Formats: sequence, C-alpha cells, structure tokens
Amino acid sequence: MKLPNLRAEQEETEAEQTTPKATISDETIEAVAVLAKLEINTEEREQAKKDMEEMLAYIDRLNELDTDGIEPMFSVFQTENVFREDIVVNGDGSEAALANAPEKKNGCFQVPKTIA
Amino acid sequence: MDLMGLTAVELGRKIRRKEVTAEEAVLAALDAIEKREKKVHSFVSVLDREAVLERAAKVQRQIDEGSLMHPLAGVPMAVKDNLCTKGILTTCASGILYNFVPTYTAEAVRRLEEAGAVLIGKTNMDEFSMGSTTETSAYGATRNPWNTAHVPGGSSGGSCAAVAAEECSFALGSDTGGSIRQPSAFCGVTGIKPTYGTVSRYGLIAYASSLDQVGPVAKDVTDCVVVLETIASYDSKDSTSAFRKDCRFSEALQDEVKGMRIGIPHGYLGEGLDKEVREAVLHAADMLKEKGAIAEEFELNLASYAVPAYYVIACAEASSNLARFDGVKYGYRTKEYEGLHQMYKKSRSEGFGPEVKRRILLGSFVLSSGYYDAYYLKALRTKALIKKEFDKAFLKYDVLLGPAAPTTAPKLGAFFSDPVKMYLSDIYTVSVNLAGLPGISVPCGTDRNGLPIGVQLVGDCFQEKNIIRAAYALEQTRGYRRSPLCGEGGAGDEQNI
Repeated sequence: MKLPNLRAEQEETEAEQTTPKATISDETIEAVAVLAKLEINTEEREQAKKDMEEMLAYIDRLNELDTDGIEPMFSVFQTENVFREDIVVNGDGSEAALANAPEKKNGCFQVPKTIA
Repeated sequence: MDLMGLTAVELGRKIRRKEVTAEEAVLAALDAIEKREKKVHSFVSVLDREAVLERAAKVQRQIDEGSLMHPLAGVPMAVKDNLCTKGILTTCASGILYNFVPTYTAEAVRRLEEAGAVLIGKTNMDEFSMGSTTETSAYGATRNPWNTAHVPGGSSGGSCAAVAAEECSFALGSDTGGSIRQPSAFCGVTGIKPTYGTVSRYGLIAYASSLDQVGPVAKDVTDCVVVLETIASYDSKDSTSAFRKDCRFSEALQDEVKGMRIGIPHGYLGEGLDKEVREAVLHAADMLKEKGAIAEEFELNLASYAVPAYYVIACAEASSNLARFDGVKYGYRTKEYEGLHQMYKKSRSEGFGPEVKRRILLGSFVLSSGYYDAYYLKALRTKALIKKEFDKAFLKYDVLLGPAAPTTAPKLGAFFSDPVKMYLSDIYTVSVNLAGLPGISVPCGTDRNGLPIGVQLVGDCFQEKNIIRAAYALEQTRGYRRSPLCGEGGAGDEQNI
C-alpha cells in the first residue's frame, strides 16, 4: 500500500536543511493507522503525531552515519533457511486451535460477513 | 527454616537430601506471596494452591522413587507472563490477551517442568515487553522490593521483583533490549541474556523476534547457570535455534580470572551516567583486577547509535508480530462493530495500551513504502556496523564490562511522560541484543539511598563461560544481599528518600 503524501514530506524535509525534523501530518498519521489497523480519534491524533515526531527526530541521528555499501543485517548469524520433510507429526488440533476463539461456529472461527 | 532465603540450588539440595519436601518448598513460596505480594505486585496471576501442591506431590514421588535427580526438582519458580503455559492464563500484561489460556507450553518452561521445577505464578511485565519500568502493564505496576516507591525496571520487572522479594526461588524472563539485565540491576538480583538462539523461543509471545531471548533471573550466578543449562538446547520448533555443542556452563563457576582481558567501553562511563553507578562499576573492575584480570578502558565506536537503530528494528518487527491480534483467533474482541475491518480496528485499539500502539505505529511507519529504505534498512545497516565494532573489541578482550543502566531504579511515574527518556535508559543494553551477544547483570553496590546497582558483563557470541566466570568471581567477593523487604526490620516500604 502506498501512503499519500509521504514523499512530498520527505522532500520538504530535505529542502529545509536547517530544521531536519520530521513533521507528521494528519494524513500521514491516518495512513499509518490504516496500515497498523488502529483507530485513532481526534484527541489521540495530536499526541500520536507528537510522539512519532519526537521519536523520529531522535532516530534521524542515524543519518550521521555513512552506511554506503553496507549490507543490511537481518540476522546476526548467517543462518540458512531451515527445511524439514513435510510429514505430519501432530494429531488433530482443531479443538485446541478454537479453544480461545472469541466466537466460533460449526468448528470454525466466526467473523463478520466479509464478502458482500 | 527460612526456605525462601535459600538459593534455588541450596533449596533443591535440601529437597534431594530429604531435609525438606517439595510441598514444603512450594508452600513457603505461596506464604511469601501472601505476605509480600500486596506490597510488590510481582505477579499477574498466582496459581491455585491445590494445583501447585498436587504438582509438588507428584515431583516428590519422583524424587522418592529416584527417577528425578535434577538440582531444581521441587523448587518453586515464577515465569514471565509472555511465556505460554498450557491451561494457565497468559496475558503478556495486555488487555488484548485478558482471557488467553494457551493450549501448549513454551519449550523453556517445559524443560524446567521436566526437571521438576514447580510453577507457582506468572509474573508481571511491561505490556508485550514494551517498556523499561513494568508500569505499562494493563494489570498495574510492580514495585521495587528495595523501596516500593521505586520501579523494579522492565520489562521483566515482575520476575526480578519476585526473586528479590523471595516469592519464588528463581524466575524466567525475556530480554529484547535489556529486559532481563536492567531490572536485575534495579532489583539487586542476577540475570542472564544468553547468546541469540541458545534458548528456544517456541511459546514465547513475540515482540521483536530477531532480538528476543529467554533467560534466567535468580539470587546468584550459580542458580542462573543451573537454570540456563536446563533451558538451553537446540529446538526444531524454533527456526533460529542454535545447535551448540557445549552448554556445560557450570564448568565456568570458578573464582579464577587471572589473565582475563576485560575491556571497559569508555563511552559507557561518560555523560548521562550517574556518579554512584560509575563508581560502583569501576570498583567491580578493580575487584577483578585484584584477582588477576587485566582491565582497561577502550573506545567502542557507534555505541550511541544503538538505541535509535534498536527502536526502528524492534518497532518494525513488533508491528508485524502484533498483527496476529485481530479479535478472531484468541483474546479480546470489541463488543460492537460494523464489518470485519471495524472489528479489527476497534478490537486492537481497545485491547492494546498506549505504549504498544505507539510502537506499532512507529513500526508501521518505518516499514511503509517511501520510508523503508530511509529508516528500516538504515537501521539494519547500522546494526551491521555495530556488530563489526563488537567483533573488533572481542579480538582484544574476553569480556566487556560496564553499567547495566545509567541510574538506579527511578520512582514510579518518572519515565511515564517522556518516551525518549525511557528509551535512553536502555543505552548500555540494546547493542548486546542487536549483535546477538550474551550478557549478565550482577549486583555490585548500592547508592546512597540503598538502591541496588548492577554491573553488566558482555561476552562474544557463544562465549557465556567468560562472563559467567567473571560474574562468579565478583560475586565471591561481594556475596548476595537480601532486599530490605525480606531482611530484618521490615524496611523497604515507601521510605522518604
């Protein structure tokens, strides 16, 4: 999913070298909330923007570091993918899997209607 | 007999020698909980007395038959509430898991139960381990047994407080950015964060999977090492599990550090470090020098970039890991909603606390299109550089020594209004997780208010034995000090300091 105005903001930030502080607009925080599947009401929005701006201002100090040519390190140990034979080792776990379901019906998780 | 004043290994020995029964041991723990839990609130849930006694009786039968000889057989343990326990409420200190009863047990806990340790309760923590004070728990804050006006640290604050308050003989915690080592320092107990991959993460509710590691908290180094030997093992159920040939960590329990090369990162002693903590940590270095170790200060570059890199990586992974809490498969579902998406959004917004939401939002942001390279990949490149700096350091040194936290335990509420301030309290611990290294926190002093100070020892990957040896040598000089809540005089209540 593409966020609406993030690029524009970034360019703006780059242009204003004197104040390289990230600014988070209403649209950005709304777009991030959509990605995060979180509801942010109007009162919470200002605080969320402020929190994110503060954290990003702190994180932005990483830009002092020259990381050109450095590979991103996802895993500390050079791990190879772990494979196994596709053999069933457990029994029927459907009852256990459903044990904590907020709502269930006929041995299935029950959710609101998803297809119109 | 004061059974809860004993170390886990001492208590286990008495049980094996038939001087104490497993039932007597767990009753002592339950009594201690009854006496002190109101003051410290270490637990989210304490197990039913009958169930605990039944379990202890079963262990006792196995001991009597001679089929159970493990040093921890019959010893009461507490487990952080982010480790799944079959049939026992596991909340991660979150409202979203208020009713979650796992149908399986985490591998680390299973191994301890197999050894005969008896689970007595699930300890409080920062919600989903996100916090450094145990105040973000949805079930109320835990207090420091050394002074109940202060926090125990976090996120494994409940586990560390339970050990310091002698409500259990040892506990399991988890450490993503210092969550075992920092609260251990604040509570005057010992805690180990093992090399990444040493302990299975199967059944550990994930925060940041590339950094999370389960580890022991106990009164002393010996207890921690015996617990670590019990839980360390390759597990095919965790794809990042490491196959280690040698997990005989107890071989390193020797008061012998002659010739050990110890590096003290110069930057760890500078700005932001409390003067009394600095003195106590340098005193610990001197004690090791007196025993024949060679200690010197050196420049560990890039240390100040660890915290920002850590928060980007941890929040990114958290935003992905916590996507599973959707009100469908387990946990909280909102009461009123229209359609699937509103159900997701309302369930999550009502179920998660503010700090968790803050980190999910930040994580979603740094992973979003347009920002992924600038923030997420930048942080992973920084992580690579930090790892390289540690590699360089371990060419010269066997152990790195420094503070576990910049101050002693703050008062409740002190960090609450300022997230960046709270994040900075992890400054000496997060780089260890980024580089996958083992670290241990051992008590090394107290400040003028009587609050404990911990020294952190860090080893190269898979070199736990070096830090265990150094920690054991330090402990031999200083010994274990009980928290005022358990000692004489009944101090430890809100003192005016």
